Amino acid sequence: MTVGLLYDSTRCISCNACTAACKEENKLPGVVEDHTTAYTWTIVEDHGGTPMRKLCMHCLVPTCASVCPVGALKKTAEGPVVYDSEKCMGCRYCMMACPFDVPKYQWDRAVPIVGKCIMCYSKVKEGQSTACASVCPVGATVFGERNNLIMDARERMRAKPSAYVDSIYGIREAGGTGVLLLAGVPFATLGLNASISEEPPPMRTWQVLSKLPDFVAVWGVSLYAIHWITSRRDDVAKHEGSER
Amino acid sequence: MNPRPRTNSYQLGFWGILCGLFALAFLVIAYLRFTRGLGAVTNLSDRFPWGLWIGFDLLCGVGLAAGAFTVTACVHLFNLHTYEPIVRPTILTGFLGYVFVVIALLLDLGQPWRIWHAIIYWNPHSVMFEVAWCVMLYTSVLALEFSPAVLERLGLNSIAHWIHKLITPLVIIGVMLSTLHQSSLGSLYLIVPSKLHLLWYTQLLPLLFFTSAVGAGLGMVILESFLSGRAFGRHLEMDLLAPMGRVIVAVLGIYGLMRLQVIVRNGSYHDVLAFTYEGRMFLLEFTVGVLAPVILLSINKVRENPTGLVAGAFLSVLGFVMNRLNVSVTGMERAAGAHYMPSVMEITVSIALVGIAMAVFALAARYLPIFPETAQPQPARRTSPRLVPLEEAE
Repeated sequence: MTVGLLYDSTRCISCNACTAACKEENKLPGVVEDHTTAYTWTIVEDHGGTPMRKLCMHCLVPTCASVCPVGALKKTAEGPVVYDSEKCMGCRYCMMACPFDVPKYQWDRAVPIVGKCIMCYSKVKEGQSTACASVCPVGATVFGERNNLIMDARERMRAKPSAYVDSIYGIREAGGTGVLLLAGVPFATLGLNASISEEPPPMRTWQVLSKLPDFVAVWGVSLYAIHWITSRRDDVAKHEGSER
Repeated sequence: MNPRPRTNSYQLGFWGILCGLFALAFLVIAYLRFTRGLGAVTNLSDRFPWGLWIGFDLLCGVGLAAGAFTVTACVHLFNLHTYEPIVRPTILTGFLGYVFVVIALLLDLGQPWRIWHAIIYWNPHSVMFEVAWCVMLYTSVLALEFSPAVLERLGLNSIAHWIHKLITPLVIIGVMLSTLHQSSLGSLYLIVPSKLHLLWYTQLLPLLFFTSAVGAGLGMVILESFLSGRAFGRHLEMDLLAPMGRVIVAVLGIYGLMRLQVIVRNGSYHDVLAFTYEGRMFLLEFTVGVLAPVILLSINKVRENPTGLVAGAFLSVLGFVMNRLNVSVTGMERAAGAHYMPSVMEITVSIALVGIAMAVFALAARYLPIFPETAQPQPARRTSPRLVPLEEAE
């Protein structure tokens, strides 16, 4: 079972209740900024009158969790991708690698950590809904099991085909995401990368990393063999020299 | 009577003072960075989380240390004993390169006091985890490989002798770690197929990073022989270095061919033809850093002339640095939707680290038996007749 969020841009009224609720629930300092930061984990962007929420997509195969050298980012069994600030050493590879540019950093602090939406994991673990979904007055953000959310989204599209573009963002992107997006205009015009491959990025590195143990063994033995042969050749040359 | 080699003299010249000033600036910037955060000293941002300290200090610092594993492999595994006189200076360069990388990482990491977390929290799916282990292990291996020079100076010849007995396994471990490390720096960028420009992104990145590091590492060996030769009034060991120029031609030739295959397969040659920002940067990198050294060094007259050889080597190193900066900065700018230009303080730190590394090298060359002139006579060491000190030769 994997839970997630469904955000429907056509229902959203840009009231920003979700962004305020997120700040409060996660005790994030400062006001809601106009772009996501380490202190503002979600915002409602305005793209020529069309709203689009920005938040962590909670990938099914999260790139951030695969690249983190100390495993500070983890995919939980429930679905949220969570962050352990006690482990993080601040290499910022997660920020570099995330296909959705989600993790943000505390550039202004002497002891900085990463900030990103963790899908209110402590609430979700208890079977509750996230702060943003509970507070949404129009059902633009709903919380639920991912499979149910997909059925819900398809139902909405079937009921009002003219209101939606014919795809759900997040079903396949980067191998699928826990957060699913619906909109009335093409996603590429809403600040989203619409050409993200279906193959989860971690597969690209795993193709190389998984071969390393074999490589180390073969390469090590080969190097020793080269040394053995060249040394033997030197010995023979020396021996022949002394015989002459 | 033996004339005193110049390697024993010491005077604080222009370069020494300049290096001292940069070292002071480095300390001030380090203080600011640890009290006010990365944002106060760098131009890094959420859009551009990795900058000059990763692109130059880490990627180039490690790459330019590649001469150490190449030369130790030639001498100790391929038994090409003629290269023995340059083993110690190249190992020292490699070691200083890695120390330089570690210092840069200590500034760049958000919480560097947790750097040891990589030892206890494992994530074998992360290339950064592999990089962290390679840095730790190979820095130790380089320190061990270099330790006989220090031990001999301290008169601890018996311990030096023991380490010398372990040199074959040490060198094999060193070559394996280097292979992994050089290629893994390329693998770091495999994770961003949707971000890195197709002029540079390819599944071959680990192979390309390894190959170019071997080429530039050898270029560094030549450059460093030239610089230390000038500083200490030594000959350029042309009989050793000119054949290395030939190897650079072969390595960079293969590398250049692979790069061309990649841009044809990716279809990214369109950017070159359209002369876009990325296309221009690629052209600059490829002509100056790959084509020029390959052509120069493949001409016998140029390669066998000290100035020509050094020029070719310099271009190969320059091309390497341009490549790493293109991968880490230029190629990522379009996806980030932002240009990144390092801050004055970021640049100062990088220059200071290069300067400090060169100063430490110069000091080590004066006080430790690194060059054949200063090395204690060892029965096992075969010194080339052309390597006598300048004063003695004259």
